[in-house]
Amino acid sequence: MTRPTPETLAHSARRARAAASTATDAEPVARAAAGPAAPAVRTPAPAEVSGAGSLVRSLEALGVDVVFGIPGGAILPAYDPLYDSTVRHILVRHEQGAGHAATGYAQATGRVGVCMATSGPGATNLVTPIADAYMDSVPMVAITGQVARPAIGTDAFQEADIQGITLPVTKHNFLVQHAEEIPQVLAEAFHLASTGRPGPVLVDIPKDVLQASTTFTWPPTLDLPGYRPTLHPHGKQIREAARLMASARRPVFYVGGGVLKAGATDGLRQLAELTGIPVVTTLMALGAFPDSHRQHLGMPGMHGTVAAVYGLQKADLIVALGARFDDRVTGRVESFAPDATVVHADIDPAEIGKNRHADVPIVGDARHVIDELIAAVTAERAAGHSTDLDDWWHQLDDLRERYPLGYEEPADGTLSPQYVIKRLGEIAGSDAIYVAGVGQHQMWASQFISYEKPYTWLNSGGLGTMGYAVPAAMGAKVGKPDVVVWAIDGDGCFQMTNQELATCALEGIPVKIAVINNGNLGMVRQWQTLFYGERYSNTDLGTHKHRIPDFVKLAEALGCVGLRCETAEDVDKTIAAAMEINDAPVVIDFVVGKDAMVWPMVPAGTSNDEIMFARGVRPAFDEDDI
Amino acid sequence: MTMHTLSVLVENKPGVLARVSGLFSRRGFNIDSLAVGETENPDVSRITIVVNAESSPLEQVTKQLNKLVNVLKIVELDPQVSVARELLLVKVRADRSSRSQVLDTVGLFRARVVDVAPDTLTIEATGTPDKLDALLRDLEPFGIKEMVQSGLVAIGRGSRSITAGPALRAA
Repeated sequence: MTRPTPETLAHSARRARAAASTATDAEPVARAAAGPAAPAVRTPAPAEVSGAGSLVRSLEALGVDVVFGIPGGAILPAYDPLYDSTVRHILVRHEQGAGHAATGYAQATGRVGVCMATSGPGATNLVTPIADAYMDSVPMVAITGQVARPAIGTDAFQEADIQGITLPVTKHNFLVQHAEEIPQVLAEAFHLASTGRPGPVLVDIPKDVLQASTTFTWPPTLDLPGYRPTLHPHGKQIREAARLMASARRPVFYVGGGVLKAGATDGLRQLAELTGIPVVTTLMALGAFPDSHRQHLGMPGMHGTVAAVYGLQKADLIVALGARFDDRVTGRVESFAPDATVVHADIDPAEIGKNRHADVPIVGDARHVIDELIAAVTAERAAGHSTDLDDWWHQLDDLRERYPLGYEEPADGTLSPQYVIKRLGEIAGSDAIYVAGVGQHQMWASQFISYEKPYTWLNSGGLGTMGYAVPAAMGAKVGKPDVVVWAIDGDGCFQMTNQELATCALEGIPVKIAVINNGNLGMVRQWQTLFYGERYSNTDLGTHKHRIPDFVKLAEALGCVGLRCETAEDVDKTIAAAMEINDAPVVIDFVVGKDAMVWPMVPAGTSNDEIMFARGVRPAFDEDDI
Repeated sequence: MTMHTLSVLVENKPGVLARVSGLFSRRGFNIDSLAVGETENPDVSRITIVVNAESSPLEQVTKQLNKLVNVLKIVELDPQVSVARELLLVKVRADRSSRSQVLDTVGLFRARVVDVAPDTLTIEATGTPDKLDALLRDLEPFGIKEMVQSGLVAIGRGSRSITAGPALRAA
């Protein structure tokens, strides 16, 4: 039980800029350390200010460049000093948009995303994006106004116990009781959000605390005696993992989002190439290992590639790096990878052994884990221990050849959604950032775009939040203004949050939106096709039949350029036209067939052994073969 | 299913109990008993939780508890090497005819009478849950009018202290 020395923010910020080689145990893990340099932290002089002034100065001192939010009664005092601040405030149209924008910003840049809302409904509208960020371990700070302290608990106008409401979906949350606490609470919130396993932190500030007089001093001292993330793995466990890797016949690296969070992608590639072990990257980890790399089997899970699903299923050793054995990956967990010894490395000890027993548990930051694995594997090889994976690769290559990702052109002559997404990826290229909503289009975007670089694929993986794409793309574009940002959205998702296009148009955030418009809640319809006897209860949105809404007109009404594409011949030129427009958001309404389905598929609740390559087609496996 | 006694040392701050108890309820665990109080360090509170659970889901809850920012330390107390006590206050019907028998029982269990009324006695007893169950069983025939029990508090035997860590002294 050791207590970390109380550390000042300037201290942790210095470390955030430090190189990987100077890592210490309290260093922020967010990939600020490996990715783009964190903004310089200023050390302002003490000043007499209001609580609101202290809040805004704290944000400035923390290097925050943008806040997404909407003002309202209880948070109003904060908006007065914000008016003069260097912090850019982007006025969104719905608080959910502010939250997802903060997430998109954080996922694209590795920095903490910040959103702000008023009390009551403003705060409760943030709950979905906060829960989303919690499930996907996104560093986010949400700041909410609260009714004045004497009114708390009286059912005052616009009162909601947002601290209580967000208890299960935040890494931590604060209700600020005194104005003097504001700098410390903000510094702690940013520290908690961005270190260890990242996550959302909510700071609720009553209106009278924002109005009170206080002295702003910086840097504050952090006082978090119960917060001690373990960054450095145990050497014995690392050596055991390396020993297993040197003797396994059918090993697989199962790579999750933690590798991206830790900025460990270079190390991953080095480790993979050193060992020759096949790699699968989960939905949250696409881009962590180049899709085009020979050792990449693709994405595992419900809609993963046959090679990735079977690779894990038949493995004798699974080395999980920053992944959490989610049910969408394992299928029925009792029958998942029955012969595999599991090495499970994660920064969160609670993930280890949660869903699947770990034979070798490793608690640590993925960057340190991978670096130390490289050293340990190198030592094993120097001692003459290595294994021949030729048979294993022969089997996997055979599967890749026989069951590649693919799709059939729709029999009814309609535009194929997979073709649209594939061409989009080819034309926009691997430097662009792709942001998906949730559903069929998300799965196709994960399958048919080649992700070669980290942080180019953003989506809502854990919570599966429809409506994520437009606001998250907005946040990503704000964080990476020089990068082309494409949202790939469904017509259902798009109708949940498209109002943020007005924000994009007015704030000069030229995102590009490809609406894969099949007129239906496509993934739900696919399940109705397969499991509910083609009874299409409440999945037809009418966007085809009645063209309500007309997405082109809607885009124009929101200040965007609206384009439509209904044939394969027009796909390339419509995408090219959108790529030409850089001074306004663009929406393309891709009118696609409604019957396309996502394949392969492991039906929910079944074993990964039951993977279907296409409707009614199970991959043929010779038992001796695998 | 077995009974587990967890000592959870937490920062003495508002809302911490809700964070801790919420983790149990969210995973469908019923807390059998709960006791909270300050420790020798007023900045640190000690929560003693008794829960009936399988070991593996309990391990998951313990790990989740450890993740709470306000939780400083968690120790599962082994009944073999710890002292555990509950406090019981019970109001028993005791008129002229039964009073002496009730008092005999009180004496046998080394309990104390803390309030007397013409037709009732209020008895205070401390002990292990087993001892208090036995006392209640013996008092039952006289008629129990009201009772209240504290949560279990427990402490390890020997000279070692679970609150000795630097984080706990200085928190």
